[in-house]
Amino acid sequence: MLTKDQIAQRIAKEVKNGQYINLGIGIPTLVANYIPEDLDVVLQSENGLLGIGPFPTEAEVDPDLINAGKQTITLAKGSALFNSAESFAMIRGGHVHLTILGAMEVSENGDIANWKIPGKMVKGMGGAMDLVASADNIIVAMQHCSKSGESKLLSACSLPITGIRCVKKIVSDLAVLEVLPEGGFLLKERAPGVSVEEIKSKTAGKLIIEGEIPEMIFD
Amino acid sequence: MIDKTVKNAQVAVADIPSNCMLMMGGFGLSGIPENCISALLERDINGLTIVSNNAGVDDFGIGLLLKKRMVKKMISSYVGENAEFERQLLNGELEVDLIPQGTLAERVRAGGAGIPAFFTPAGVGTEVAEGKETRVFEGKTYLMENWLKADFSIVKAWKGDTAGNLIYKGTARNFNPIMATAGKICIAEVEELVPAGELDPNEIHTPGIYVQRIFQGVNYEKRIEQRTISK
Repeated sequence: MLTKDQIAQRIAKEVKNGQYINLGIGIPTLVANYIPEDLDVVLQSENGLLGIGPFPTEAEVDPDLINAGKQTITLAKGSALFNSAESFAMIRGGHVHLTILGAMEVSENGDIANWKIPGKMVKGMGGAMDLVASADNIIVAMQHCSKSGESKLLSACSLPITGIRCVKKIVSDLAVLEVLPEGGFLLKERAPGVSVEEIKSKTAGKLIIEGEIPEMIFD
Repeated sequence: MIDKTVKNAQVAVADIPSNCMLMMGGFGLSGIPENCISALLERDINGLTIVSNNAGVDDFGIGLLLKKRMVKKMISSYVGENAEFERQLLNGELEVDLIPQGTLAERVRAGGAGIPAFFTPAGVGTEVAEGKETRVFEGKTYLMENWLKADFSIVKAWKGDTAGNLIYKGTARNFNPIMATAGKICIAEVEELVPAGELDPNEIHTPGIYVQRIFQGVNYEKRIEQRTISK
């Protein structure tokens, strides 16, 4: 099983040179730590910044510079600042190449649920609905099962959905899977030490297994 | 130049009545109008509808207005960090309208720009789409969303001049420039107020036409929610 950092590390391998990328809160934020230094990419922050830099030193902390998770940040070289309408214009307008976010559930046709649990306090969707409705390339970072062991990769989402038919790829603690346009989770890679049988038993939606499934390789 | 200067926050918010609609800039606690929030707390008004991306925390920002029971309804995208908010919501004392953040921003922009409605992909197929008109463009389904306008919008900028021109700093810009355009009366509080002519016109973010009242704020706390430091 992968740790959260290993999920982030595996997702970072999907990043390509020249991409503008939006990272969600939680595991997706960790992806920034594993993007190879020889790639030129720009991280978008939905509150109005292209070019998120590293966290500040104590001396650099500026309350007027935060990311979407309200953490203090710095500006990367060549960054740009703008207002919230412009931020979502570039998201909806298809200018952001890659969106990485967390999920509570994903269905075999690519629906995602990550904003609301009925009966629990509803905090809101933030920018998630805009992001999933707009991005062409959405990778989800998630745990394969809930704490009680229920599969979170389903034939249909049971929770209120955030967006329809939008997830392209999932990196869970057990596996890398592609969501096929015609429906179904195509198993691409296994986490080290995790068997195809275990992934099969923990995937409630339609799982497609073609040939030998390689283990993930970490550098 | 038309002089938009008022003496202070108390004067700026003195005529905001109960049961009106307010917009307030800010993302989390960054770029919120701290002085106007303090001045509103001294007013004996309630029943406010507040459009703001977030609802502050228990002891700062809009959370203070909630605690004093001045707010009837919040229109926001994310309201997580506030226990009093949760209590009022679960007791049915507070209404909340949750809106996707980009839709919220565009509805405010549209309100200020005279566009009564627009189509967006955000929320298609979700409960956000319930009861809303949809239309297909180039094979993809979009939702119709209406503009948002307010009786007053209250914004915070870094620098401003007496003509109401504003410049923001860092990510404290967020919703402030669009909200400035969507209030019948826009009140701007700034960290530094200078005479008209001293700001470089090339660098103005909000042209003074949108701003009716401006003053220099005092004692900015600029509280940080998640102080995160590099090792």
